[in-house]
Amino acid sequence: MTGPVLILGARSDIARATARAFAAEGHPIQLAARHAENLGTDRDDLQTRYGVEVSLHDFDALEVRQHETFVDGLPVLPEIVVSAIGVLGDQTENEDDVEAALGVIRANFEGPALILGVLANRFATRGSGTIVGISSVAGDRGRASNYVYGSAKAGFTAFLSGLRNRLAKQGVHVVTVQPGFVNTAMTAGMDTPGAVTAEPSEVGEAIVNAVKKGRNVIYVRRIWWLVMSIICAIPEAIFKKTSI
Amino acid sequence: MKLTGWGNVPVLDCNVSAPRSEAELKAVIARGHAIARGNGRSYGDSAASRSNTIDMRNFDRMISFDEETGVLVAEAGVLLADVISACLPRGWFPMVTPGTKLITLGGAIAADVHGKNHHIDGSFRACVDWIDLMGPGGEVTRCSAGESPELFGWTLGGMGLTGVILRCAIRLRRVESGWIRQQMIPARDLDAAIEIFEDNLGATYSVAWIDCTATGDRLGRSLVMVGEHARATQVAPQHRHRPLHVPARPRRTFPFPLPGFALNPLTVRAFNALYYWNGKRQTGISTVDWDSYFYPLDSIAKWNRLYGRRGFLQFQCVLPLERGAPGLHALMEAIAGSGQASFLSVLKRFGPQDSPISFPMEGYTLALDFPNTRKTRDLMPRLDAIALAHGGRFYLAKDARMPAPTLARADPRAAAFAAWRRESGLAPAFSSSQSERLKL
Repeated sequence: MTGPVLILGARSDIARATARAFAAEGHPIQLAARHAENLGTDRDDLQTRYGVEVSLHDFDALEVRQHETFVDGLPVLPEIVVSAIGVLGDQTENEDDVEAALGVIRANFEGPALILGVLANRFATRGSGTIVGISSVAGDRGRASNYVYGSAKAGFTAFLSGLRNRLAKQGVHVVTVQPGFVNTAMTAGMDTPGAVTAEPSEVGEAIVNAVKKGRNVIYVRRIWWLVMSIICAIPEAIFKKTSI
Repeated sequence: MKLTGWGNVPVLDCNVSAPRSEAELKAVIARGHAIARGNGRSYGDSAASRSNTIDMRNFDRMISFDEETGVLVAEAGVLLADVISACLPRGWFPMVTPGTKLITLGGAIAADVHGKNHHIDGSFRACVDWIDLMGPGGEVTRCSAGESPELFGWTLGGMGLTGVILRCAIRLRRVESGWIRQQMIPARDLDAAIEIFEDNLGATYSVAWIDCTATGDRLGRSLVMVGEHARATQVAPQHRHRPLHVPARPRRTFPFPLPGFALNPLTVRAFNALYYWNGKRQTGISTVDWDSYFYPLDSIAKWNRLYGRRGFLQFQCVLPLERGAPGLHALMEAIAGSGQASFLSVLKRFGPQDSPISFPMEGYTLALDFPNTRKTRDLMPRLDAIALAHGGRFYLAKDARMPAPTLARADPRAAAFAAWRRESGLAPAFSSSQSERLKL
C-alpha cells in the first residue's frame, strides 16, 4: 500500500526526514504547515529525489475550529497521517508567563490531539488508516526542567493511547513515537549526549518501519525505553529531590 | 565544539552554527572569519574556523533534475550518495566522483575534486554549470563560465574561501547500468605501472594501488585498475533485467579506534604484500557494482579509526608529466628509506588542466596516508621537498600541516588567489584554519 501520507507540522526537521522516508517508499506526500507556500523547496526536493507527487496545504494546528475545514480541503483523505507538531518553549518563561505556557500546552497537546481526532473519525468511517503521533519521553514523567512541555506531551500520549484503544476494532492503527533526543533545530545549542541522540533520518525510518509492522509505541533509540523505565521507577519521595 | 577533518588531526575547538535559511546564513556570515563545512571529509583543517564554522548540511534539497539532459540543480549540502540514489535508477551517474560518496556538492566544488577519469573528463569543474554563492554581505551571486567567470574560476578549488556555496547545477553522465567492467593489471614496478597508464589513456577510468613498502627492483609495484561503465548487455544474467539496480552492500562500522601500535611498518608491509599477491591472482576482467568499484572504503563507516586516536596524515602531490617518473622514484625511495610505510597508496594519471586554483595538472598524482607519528611528521617535509624539486604541487583537501612557504614555492597561483581575495573583500570575511596557516 502506497497511499498518500499527510505530514502535519511539515517544517520541522523530523517532519522533513519522515516525509523523505515515506516518499522513498513511493508514497505521495501532503505537506501541511503554516505558510505552506514557503515549503516549495521541500516539495521540489521530494519530487526530484523520489519522483512522487507532493502537495502543500496551509494548516494552523492552533486554529482548532478550522480543523474540519482543513481536512475537507485535502485533495484526498490520506492513508497515513503523521503529526510532527510541537514546540519546546522555555520552561522558566512558562513558569511566569501564562501566555507562553498556554502556547506550549496548546501546540503540544490541544492542536495535535484535536486534528488527529478529526482524522481519526474520518479514518474510522472509511475503516482504514494509520495515525502517527510524535510525542516525547518528556511526557513519561514530569520533571522540573521541562514539565510544562512534558505535561502537554503526557496529555498527547494519553490521547493517542485512548485513540488506539478506541480504533483498534475499526481497522485504524495508532502509533505513538517517543523520539528521545534528536539532533534538530529544537535541540540546537543543547549539549545532548551522542549515544542517546538520534538523527532526524533515523526517526523517519523508524516511523516508516513502525507503520509497516503495526507497532504501538516506539522509542527511536531503544536505550530510551530503559532510561525512562528507570526514571519512572524512582519513588516520588526520592524523585522530587533529584534534578534529572 | 571539537572538530577535526577525516584525518582526525588537528583537533580544533570551533564555534559551529547550522543555519536553516538564507536569512540565518547571512547573519552568521556577518560575524566574519566564516568557513562553510559540508560532511567533514576533507582530511585536515580546511573546513574549520575556530570563530565561525558554518555547518551547511541543512541545505540538502534537490531542486530539479532533467532526465533528458542529466542536469541536476541542488543545494550545496546534498551528498553525492543522495545524487546517486536519486539519479542512478533513472540512468544517470555523477560525471566526476572522488573515492567517497559521502561528500557534499559544496565540498566537491570547493576542493574541485577529481576521480579515476580525470585524464578523460577533468576535475569536478567539468560538470558544474553554475554556482550560487553567498558573499560577505549576504548577497547571492550566480557564477558560471559566462557569468562572473572570475568568481566561478576561483570558487572551483578555492576551498570555500570565495563565499558560501548555496546551490549548483551539475551535469551527470548517462549510464546503461550500475556496473563497471574492471580490468586488473599487475605492474612489477613503477615504470611498468606508468607504461600501463600511458597505454590506457583511452580508458574511462584508471587508477593504481601502489605498494609503497616494496623496495629494490620491486619499488613501486602496483595493481592498475582500468574500468568502463558496463553496457546493459554486459551485466551478469541474474541482474540484467534491472541493470541499474545493484544489491545493497552490507555496511559495517569500525567499532573503536585501534590502538596506536596496531598499524606499524611491519603490519603495513604485510598487508600491502598480501594485497598485491591477492590482486595479482585476480588479473583480468570482472564486473563490479558501482559502490564497490568507486567507494570501497564507504562500506566501513568510520574507517579512519583504523589509525587510532592520534589520527593520520595524508600526502598528495601531482608531478608534471615530464618529471613524473623520476619524481615518483625519488618519493618512493624516500618513503622506503625512512622505514615508514603508507597503508594505502594510490597513483593516478591526470590529464591536462589549466585552472585558476584547482589542484590537478597533467602528470602523475600520488596519494599516501601515514599514521600521525613523530617519524611520519618528520618524513612529510622531505616528501614536500622532493615534490617541489620536481615541479610538483599539493592537494589542499588533504593537507593538515603544510607550512605557508612550501605552498608559496609549489604554487605561484596561491599568492594571486590571496591578493584577489583581499581586493575583492573576501579576506578575512571567509577564512579557515587552513587558510590562516597557508596565508591564503
